[in-house]
Amino acid sequence: MTDVKIKAKDVQVYYGDNHAIKDVSVEIENNTVTAFIGPSGCGKSTFLRCINRMNDTIDVCRVEGDIRLDGEDINDKQVDPVQLRAKVGMVFQKPNPFPKSIYDNVAYGPKIHGMSRNKAELDEIVEKALRRGAIWDEVKDRLDAPGTGLSGGQQQRLCIARAIATEPEVLLMDEPCSALDPIATAQVEELIDELRQNYCVVIVTHSMQQAARVSQKTAFFHLGNLVEYGDTPKIFTNPEDSRTESYITGRIG
Amino acid sequence: MADIASTIPDAAPRPGSLAAGSDRLRKRRRAELRLKIYGLSAIGIAAAALIALLSTVVFQAGGALFSTYFDKEIQLDTEFLGVTASSDPDVIRRADFDGLIERGLEERFPLATGRQERRELHDLVSGGANFELADHVAANPDLLGQSINFPLIGSDTLDLYKQGAYGRLDRQPVNGLLSVSEREDGNLDISTSANDFTDALRQVKAQLYVDADRLRRQASRQENAIRVYGERVEAAETDEERSEHLADQDLARERRDALIAQAEGLEARADGAGGAEEVDDDNVSLLIKAGGGWMRLTEVNRADASGEMLTRVELPIEDSEAWSFHIMAMPESNRPFSDHQIAWAETLDEAGLIERVFNTRFFTAADSRAPELAGIWGAVVGSFWTMLVTFSLTFPVGVLGAIYLQEFAPRNRFTDFIEVNINNLAAVPSIVFGLLGLAVFLGFFGMPRSAPLVGGIVLALMTLPTIIIASRAALRAVPPSIREAALGVGASKVQAVFHHVLPLAMPGILTGTIIGMAAALGETAPLLLIGMVAFIVEVPTGITDNATVLPVQVFRWSDFPERAFEAKTAAAICVLLTFLVVMNLVAIILRRKFERRW
Repeated sequence: MTDVKIKAKDVQVYYGDNHAIKDVSVEIENNTVTAFIGPSGCGKSTFLRCINRMNDTIDVCRVEGDIRLDGEDINDKQVDPVQLRAKVGMVFQKPNPFPKSIYDNVAYGPKIHGMSRNKAELDEIVEKALRRGAIWDEVKDRLDAPGTGLSGGQQQRLCIARAIATEPEVLLMDEPCSALDPIATAQVEELIDELRQNYCVVIVTHSMQQAARVSQKTAFFHLGNLVEYGDTPKIFTNPEDSRTESYITGRIG
Repeated sequence: MADIASTIPDAAPRPGSLAAGSDRLRKRRRAELRLKIYGLSAIGIAAAALIALLSTVVFQAGGALFSTYFDKEIQLDTEFLGVTASSDPDVIRRADFDGLIERGLEERFPLATGRQERRELHDLVSGGANFELADHVAANPDLLGQSINFPLIGSDTLDLYKQGAYGRLDRQPVNGLLSVSEREDGNLDISTSANDFTDALRQVKAQLYVDADRLRRQASRQENAIRVYGERVEAAETDEERSEHLADQDLARERRDALIAQAEGLEARADGAGGAEEVDDDNVSLLIKAGGGWMRLTEVNRADASGEMLTRVELPIEDSEAWSFHIMAMPESNRPFSDHQIAWAETLDEAGLIERVFNTRFFTAADSRAPELAGIWGAVVGSFWTMLVTFSLTFPVGVLGAIYLQEFAPRNRFTDFIEVNINNLAAVPSIVFGLLGLAVFLGFFGMPRSAPLVGGIVLALMTLPTIIIASRAALRAVPPSIREAALGVGASKVQAVFHHVLPLAMPGILTGTIIGMAAALGETAPLLLIGMVAFIVEVPTGITDNATVLPVQVFRWSDFPERAFEAKTAAAICVLLTFLVVMNLVAIILRRKFERRW
């Protein structure tokens, strides 16, 4: 439980002139769910997007500092963000399945990464991903139906299945339940807990209850600073920093 | 609500009640009603204008739907033609088929002897008929010496007459018996036992009033002249000038008096009950059919008249019941189809030798100076080649340009500059692109004139901004979550764009492309400058052949003096509109079918 998967040191992010992340250093452990909490605009999503270099797609965004995945610098010139993103999957706030069939949604990643030699192998990968995404039983009879026709919770689980189909090592989740109802949220949370066995999961959430329920480690961001990072029970019961305490007791945020 | 309020006596609404209307509210309702009325009337006016336009065009185009043919047996006289079945096809083609057709007509109407009459007779048949006959015989030389049935296309004036463009022969009721005898000078004495010509005489006399009116207008102009000369006499400085002006004034007075006297004379004749009146070509045409032929009245009284034969009439006719009297309301001088031609056409029609058939030629032939031979097919094919060039240039360049600008290009001054210029290019008048094509492609690169290649390139330049703008809008409308999703599973930017964004934007891109192509299809001005306004009688077979396009064809035909081109122009507009409607329909169907919601 103690091997470090992601190690960030002195990470700075600028949006143009706006200094969005300041001196963030954090060590994220493998087979752990790490929750990023904090008020809106505190930089938790931005930091999450640093981990698979999604910020590269934003012209004005500039990332400085050192982020290492298994000891490798992900911002190294030799690292192709495409390869990185295959290793570091991501699930977004709003369920965003491709407007294609359920099967094609999941099969797309493995296809472009050349993970299968034939249709049978691909079928296997898709089934495995859908099973791990805890949605197989609901969609196994209608794999040709469009992914956009599913309910919100199902769509989000489909997106998780899509993300894990490429066999990533890290799974980033940016407020995966914010667009879902409580029942769907519960299903996704259950899924996140299962995924912990195989992956290093990082989840950004606005809901402190959710962070308390699903995570083992919690990081509290405020105004671009990482204020406090530690075991979840400790953060929620005995925070060291007064800002953390104010936030979790509802006085700021 | 009003009912309830009225059943409660003295129910004054309490202050602030919902039922209490305020002035402000009423004013607002009135303003909303006014706006609604403005909107409805704007739509009403637009719809009425559209319907009026379309119905006029379609109604006019009706004339081009049918064409007139002679279904006459033709004796292919080898002696007259001077060729035999074994002659070379080129020699056969050059033989005098024109003369053969004319000889056939002259044999049928031997009365047509004068130069003018013979030309009118020949003009019943289209100038293109002999070439078609020659081609047919050259292809089948065995027919020489035989008698064949070959449909000869009639001339445009014959066709217009058959359509009723000059009005119709109006058959008059007759009660009397007709007698016709030939005078020594060759003219005919015509009489009826009842006053069957009374109405005709009245119509001829009505023309006298028109003539008198014209004379009086001329007289009033002389009146003006008299006044002007009078002023000049007063203003004159020397005696010489004065006497000169006086003389002019006297002359004008004389002219005026003469004109008024003439006018009075005409009016007196018109007022008088009887009296024979001359029928000239400014009058209605009075035609009589009797004795197996047609006559025209040259002088008419109520019961008797003078006339001349138009086609052979068996004389003398005495107290015959078998006759009919027709009035053609449009004077002969106002129509290019003479009384003789009417008589011939009616005779041939009665013999079943004239038929009107659906004008397939219009849809299969290329342009011609002769309206009855002209077709739209050449322009359709020209438009097809031009659009092919336009599409194959503008679609890939436009779409790839849009993809680059929208998805890949960095945002900097240079790309901003390009974007502004693309937007401005969309507003450049199309004729400027024509000038560009003339200067660059014809002048500098020396490409062929009048060719779909150059037309297509010029239209491609014109359409490019439209397609880029539409494509960029379509790409922009694809939600960013799709791009993120693709990037999130490890797709490269190119993969994300081509696998996910582009397919989603395709309906919008295609719609923009089709609308841009429709605009290009209807474009005339730039093509005029690069020579696609030429008169082209061959259907183009490639992109470097001389060609014209649909809107240019409309433009050219609308400029031709022959009246039959009116209908052709309208029909060509209908064809063009049909293509545009079909293209827009395809755009709508594509959008409906492929548009996805997410």
